[in-house]
Amino acid sequence: MLKLFLISKEEAFHICDKSQYQESTLGEKFKLRFRYLWCSTTRVYVNRNCKLTKTLKSSNLECLEHNERKLMEDRLNEQLKNQM
Amino acid sequence: MSNHHINPSRWIELYSDYLFNYTISRVNDREIAKDIIQDTFFAGLKSMKNFKGEASERTWLISILKRKIIDYYRKINSRKGQAEVRMTYNTDENEGDWLEERVEDEGYLNAQETLENTELGNAIYDCMDKLSERQATVFKMKTILNYETEAICNELNITASNLWVIIHRARTALAECMEKHWFKS
Repeated sequence: MLKLFLISKEEAFHICDKSQYQESTLGEKFKLRFRYLWCSTTRVYVNRNCKLTKTLKSSNLECLEHNERKLMEDRLNEQLKNQM
Repeated sequence: MSNHHINPSRWIELYSDYLFNYTISRVNDREIAKDIIQDTFFAGLKSMKNFKGEASERTWLISILKRKIIDYYRKINSRKGQAEVRMTYNTDENEGDWLEERVEDEGYLNAQETLENTELGNAIYDCMDKLSERQATVFKMKTILNYETEAICNELNITASNLWVIIHRARTALAECMEKHWFKS
């Protein structure tokens, strides 16, 4: 029975990463919590990862969409060509 | 002797997101921010000869961008000012009311918060600069643009497990970098 909840460190990291994007299942979260209890490496990783997520959210970071960037690049290249 | 070189063909790849984040926090409008950045790049091209290489290319572009943002506000303020005089503050009785409205301006009160967010945003982008191009692209799509895993995989032609490996490496590198340059300061 216990074996069902035992996961490797790598698996725990993977679940933790997915959790940052709300993509882990309830079962996975449970397994991660179980490992979190006894594995210090997992605890360090989870705490650090959650801190990063919190920081990223509070920064309200913005970036360009792929198509916006492409359009900008095309215009710049055209201008560059005209200048040469 | 100059330490930095100019290479406009890599401006979009290297600086567009950084400049975009810088601009949008100051103008609060995606379309306007894009126009200002495009103008900045064009102005940069025109004044390439003036680049002495004493500052980095990014610093040089930021200095042009700052002037573009000021120009933008000058332009809208002169338009807005004229409209206010015509439409609202046209009697002697109302004179001075505009000052109180300015004091209550929520945007003004949030200026400090905006500044802190921009600084944090800049620190994150500085750390993102250290990621590989692939890692940065996937990370931005997943974390900032909030794309679905499947959409990213389709667009970049990678598998879901590839995506999670990339995300893991990017997050680990970013967390380390932020720890070093932001949380400790």
